[in-house]
Amino acid sequence: MGDRVKNTFAPIGFAVTKGDWKTKISLVILGFGQLLRGQIIKGLSFLLIEIGFIVYLVSFGAKYFAKLGTLGTVATQKVGRKTVYGDNSFLILLFGILTLFVIAAFLLVWYLNIKDNMEAEELLKKGKQLPSNKAVFASLFDKHFDKTLLALPVTGIFVFTVLPILFMICVAFTNYDKNHQAPTNLFTWVGFDNFNRLLSFGSSGIGRTFVQVLAWTLVWALFATFIDYFLGLAVAMLINKKGVRCKQLWRTILVLTIAVPQFVSLLYIMKFFANDGLLNGYLLKWGVISSPIQFWVNPTLARITIIVVNIWIGIPYMMLIATGLLMNIPEDLYESARIDGANGWQMFRSITLPYILFITGPFLLTQFTNNLNNFNVIYLLTQGKPQSMSLKENAGSTDLLVTWLYKMTVNDTNYCMAAVIGIMVFIVTAVVSLVVYNSLPSVKDEEGFQ
Amino acid sequence: MKTSYRRKQATSNVLAHILLVIISIIWLFPFVGLVLTSFRSFDPKVEYGGMVDYLIPKTFSLDNYRFLFSGQTNFLRWYLNTIIIAVFVSLFQTIVVLCVSYALSRMRFVGRTFLMRFWLILGMFPGFLTMICLYFLLKQFGLTQAGAVPGLILVAVASSGMGYYVCKGYFDTIPKALDEAARIDGATRARVFFTMTIPMSKPIIIYTALVAFMAPWCDYVFASYVAFGHDESYNVAVAMTRWVWTNDYQAYFTRFCAGGILVAVPVTILFMCLQKYYVEGVTGGAVKG
Repeated sequence: MGDRVKNTFAPIGFAVTKGDWKTKISLVILGFGQLLRGQIIKGLSFLLIEIGFIVYLVSFGAKYFAKLGTLGTVATQKVGRKTVYGDNSFLILLFGILTLFVIAAFLLVWYLNIKDNMEAEELLKKGKQLPSNKAVFASLFDKHFDKTLLALPVTGIFVFTVLPILFMICVAFTNYDKNHQAPTNLFTWVGFDNFNRLLSFGSSGIGRTFVQVLAWTLVWALFATFIDYFLGLAVAMLINKKGVRCKQLWRTILVLTIAVPQFVSLLYIMKFFANDGLLNGYLLKWGVISSPIQFWVNPTLARITIIVVNIWIGIPYMMLIATGLLMNIPEDLYESARIDGANGWQMFRSITLPYILFITGPFLLTQFTNNLNNFNVIYLLTQGKPQSMSLKENAGSTDLLVTWLYKMTVNDTNYCMAAVIGIMVFIVTAVVSLVVYNSLPSVKDEEGFQ
Repeated sequence: MKTSYRRKQATSNVLAHILLVIISIIWLFPFVGLVLTSFRSFDPKVEYGGMVDYLIPKTFSLDNYRFLFSGQTNFLRWYLNTIIIAVFVSLFQTIVVLCVSYALSRMRFVGRTFLMRFWLILGMFPGFLTMICLYFLLKQFGLTQAGAVPGLILVAVASSGMGYYVCKGYFDTIPKALDEAARIDGATRARVFFTMTIPMSKPIIIYTALVAFMAPWCDYVFASYVAFGHDESYNVAVAMTRWVWTNDYQAYFTRFCAGGILVAVPVTILFMCLQKYYVEGVTGGAVKG
């Protein structure tokens, strides 16, 4: 560890103390050494990055960065009939974070520049030639092909995922809600107030609602994952059974559910179960019931219906996966079990199930985390309804954390609370993943079934 | 002894088939209902266009389809929008995923494991968390409302590098010795990638493109946020979901079903044709995690 730190900082020490004048000037003017040594492409790139950095900082970044501590102090005012815009907290926070990253990135480039100078100097000292411009360029398609391949994807992820997530994490510590909308109003840092509100069970807090929504989210994910898993496995075994004909036909029928866009099928099913829907219509007509069954109105019934409908969606997917795996189990295992007098259930218990569970452990985990965030099924079926007086912040009885988050963002523009919920979702997902992943048999014992 | 075993086999097979038929009926029912409802007229002179208590329409008519193509709504525009988004997302996302997967599977560079772990952690944040921030970013470039279509493509493609798992898993199974051999013969990494790896990865390319193509047809959440209030840049999901959720849904239910059929049929046919690759992709992905 100590050596690594030493090695990391060695180029800087070298440049400051032992480097020649070209290297020393490169400490301030990036790419200077490379340019003088004839490495035009490298030198120009470094120089352009430095110029770009300075221009960005002076013309744009600095003014936002400076206000990051307060998120703006000058409120927007009406002077006579004109609106005089003050600070925009949203922009300050977003570009403040961006500037922080630009500075960090620049420091990295600066370091790479110095390291490159040192290496060049050492090569020349040994009497070797520096790689030509052409060679440097060509290496981007060979030795450094990874940089070419990853440059755009990494940038894209940074701008459209990393930056927004960091922004929202910061928002969780502000009072950015419907009373503090930029650009008309300022918002500011409030520390852990939002978290306190989420976790306090008093009259002003929403702790009870949060616990209820969280509990339903976990219950839903458990049911949705394991019911679908075992039923899907059962259906796959049924189709795989010796003597069943038209195997491909049955599979194709089930796979239709994956092929048809969910918003079409789920919205139809939602109407199918509605109070004035087809199911209630027939049941009323046949005289089975005298008043419609309140599938989406009664909280408990709504929850059960969602889980049932989700079986319709989940089985085909699991069936596909299980089919492939069942074929991989060596037939002679069953053969020898049969000779020993095992019946079907025993063979399932001691051959099929352990094998499938072992192989699909990681898949089960991803299914579980996907279900924790299964927005489509819940939102298209119930939109989180039915509403309940006992739940605060417009949460409904079937709301998952993510649909609650969505409603807070879109309907209530309560961004700071939505951000807090988002962080909670992250914590739940991360904890579940970590705990389960480390206890998976296929992770602990990779060779177990090979 | 042998006959009784056979009889047992036969009864269990009959039971299995009965069970499968019941399952098939349950699974097909919504689609049959959707098709039948789409042929019920919304014209009050013919039949009722809302919720009814019977499945088979009393008269078959094409009124709903005529309505969709009549230009009274922007249906064709929504459809076109969705196709454009789906095609471009599919194309670019596949390219991005291939690049990322190759780099992570074949190259060893500083920060490789860090990058993979970091992306894994990023993936644990719920996607909708960042909606307002993304909306604002897009707005800066004029890519909301009127420009929502390119905006949605941009957002979908930009973050697609994180979905490299299945593809990288596939690349990992291609023997490295092949790469080494080509490199000893003087091929550059880029050449190996373009002339060896890519042609060998047809199944996974089709899988990636197919999954990317299917997603925009269901994209309701972000699309409705970005295109908010601008009817012309809606996609089918956003536009038609309104028909079900409006208070006036009784007038629009059969039209929704007809639109749903028009959306579902081509997508389903495409999916069924490429089903083989899809199955390969999901099973491969599930086993490797």
